[in-house]
Amino acid sequence: MSTSTSNAGSAAGSALRRGRRRPVDSTVRVLLVAAALVSVATTIGIVIALVQPTIGFFQQVSVVEFITGTSWTPTFAQKAYGVLPLVAATLTVTGVALTIAVPLGLGSAIYLSEYANPGTRKVLKPIIELLAGVPTVVYGFVALFALNPLLQKWWPTDDGPAFQNLLIAGIAMGIMIVPTIASISEDSMAAVPRSLREGAYALASTKMQVSTRVVVPAAMSGIVAAVVLGISRAVGETMIVTIAGGLTSDRIVLNPLEGAATMTAFIANISSGDIPVGSLDYDSVFAVGALLFLITFALNAVSIRMVRRFREVYE
Amino acid sequence: MNPTDTTNRPGVSIASVGAQSTGTTKPDAADPVMELSGVSVYYGAYEAVRDTSMPIQEKQITAMIGPSGCGKSTILRSLNRMNDLIPGARVSGAVTYHGQDLYAKDVDPIEVRRRIGMVFQKPNPFPKSIYDNVAYGPRVTGMQVASMDDLVEKALRDAALWDEVKDKLKTSGLALSGGQQQRLCIARTIAVRPEIILMDEPCSALDPIATAKIEDLMAELSNDYTIVIVTHNMQQAARVSHHTAFFTAELDERQERHGRLVEFSQTGKLFTNPADKRTEDYITGRFG
Repeated sequence: MSTSTSNAGSAAGSALRRGRRRPVDSTVRVLLVAAALVSVATTIGIVIALVQPTIGFFQQVSVVEFITGTSWTPTFAQKAYGVLPLVAATLTVTGVALTIAVPLGLGSAIYLSEYANPGTRKVLKPIIELLAGVPTVVYGFVALFALNPLLQKWWPTDDGPAFQNLLIAGIAMGIMIVPTIASISEDSMAAVPRSLREGAYALASTKMQVSTRVVVPAAMSGIVAAVVLGISRAVGETMIVTIAGGLTSDRIVLNPLEGAATMTAFIANISSGDIPVGSLDYDSVFAVGALLFLITFALNAVSIRMVRRFREVYE
Repeated sequence: MNPTDTTNRPGVSIASVGAQSTGTTKPDAADPVMELSGVSVYYGAYEAVRDTSMPIQEKQITAMIGPSGCGKSTILRSLNRMNDLIPGARVSGAVTYHGQDLYAKDVDPIEVRRRIGMVFQKPNPFPKSIYDNVAYGPRVTGMQVASMDDLVEKALRDAALWDEVKDKLKTSGLALSGGQQQRLCIARTIAVRPEIILMDEPCSALDPIATAKIEDLMAELSNDYTIVIVTHNMQQAARVSHHTAFFTAELDERQERHGRLVEFSQTGKLFTNPADKRTEDYITGRFG
């Protein structure tokens, strides 16, 4: 390796010498810093890339029209740039998804944390987390071609769900975010000190009372963080809504049985089409993208704050 | 050692009254409210405490003392079936409460804990308001109460905490000092009106002033409640209790440690005139 280690006499002295491993250390350090900077740089890059076309868009369309308009038809002959139909569809799908995911996710978390014996938990938790690894295109496909036909068949009235609709997209998305909510909620419930459970049992609580009246409230900020994270995944999810959610955007669709384009579905659709760079249509994609970025950024910020607060309570 | 050893030892008789220079005395009721006979507690195959027999006298304070690992907390937790929560824990022998075996098949541990409450070593108030901490027990047990406000006030008064918290009942129990938190836990326990309160080293996390307050409170509470306290502080046992049980840990032929009860008697007698050499060694060793 080096001459200093070959000489036994100077080995003890040279071992103290500075700089033998330092070149390796500093190289590793540079690599690690670079790795950390990539994600920071990406975020900054995205913001920069979004800003210019977004400014271009708002030079031609007023912010008021964008925020309050009730029709979004950049590809029609009669163009309109009101983003509300996209936002409404996003909110509807997210609402349906949460209606499915919060009870299922919290239920699984309570079961895993309070009821399951350690062996069962060891097997079940990774399986639930595996659900998070299913590609979203699979959820979209299953929703459109397996779940929706069943929904249409079993629907009690004649005016059932359309071929593509917000309800089925929301259901699929709800199942998709169950693992997120279950896993993070379970972590925060498991972090509730055992002494609190013992205190509750010593006051003649049943297992259900310990779970719902002590453990869940004590883990609440972690649970809220899990739900917020679930919301931000739902708002940003693209594949399911593009495949199964529908494309209507010329009016606000409030009936979840109809199809409508969400913000993400619009971006995916228009981007795969043939639009000239620098045109207003092109810029409109970035305006919607910027709005989406703001919403998910705000949600993530809220979630991080919640997680931090929940950590502070017992440490 | 055979199982009859403990009960046959002269010092174990609760009827014997020695010179009383420490401890408080109180006449025993005709029948003890609880009785342990030949109780052993196992964690899996391991026998943590062997063959414990002793009475718990009504409206008196019974202290359990002894070195670490002697099984005193384990025995305490067997008195209201808290050991049920530990997987693999098992109790043999009989723990009777008003003559009823607490480990009989048809006994509901929830009902047991409603009558036999527990205060823990480290104060463990719920992350709820002071009011909700006290109201928790009455709510989950479905107690019929005319006024929850009155009940909360009475419990806090009985726990000598009311004057300190009456203006901030809506603030979190976690915002209180350690000693106040422990008194809140006592208030929370007496709010469900148990007959017996078990205390597992309730002062070990507290400073001397807070400890003195809890000790005064225990003396006060023993007018209405039966108290069993585990403590590693012998002076505390001598100060507050009427009866004392001394436990120790012994190695068996396979070098495994088992806790066992060495001596049970009136506190004054146990501390001034112990019947067993091991008790005497422990007490004098500690007092120096």
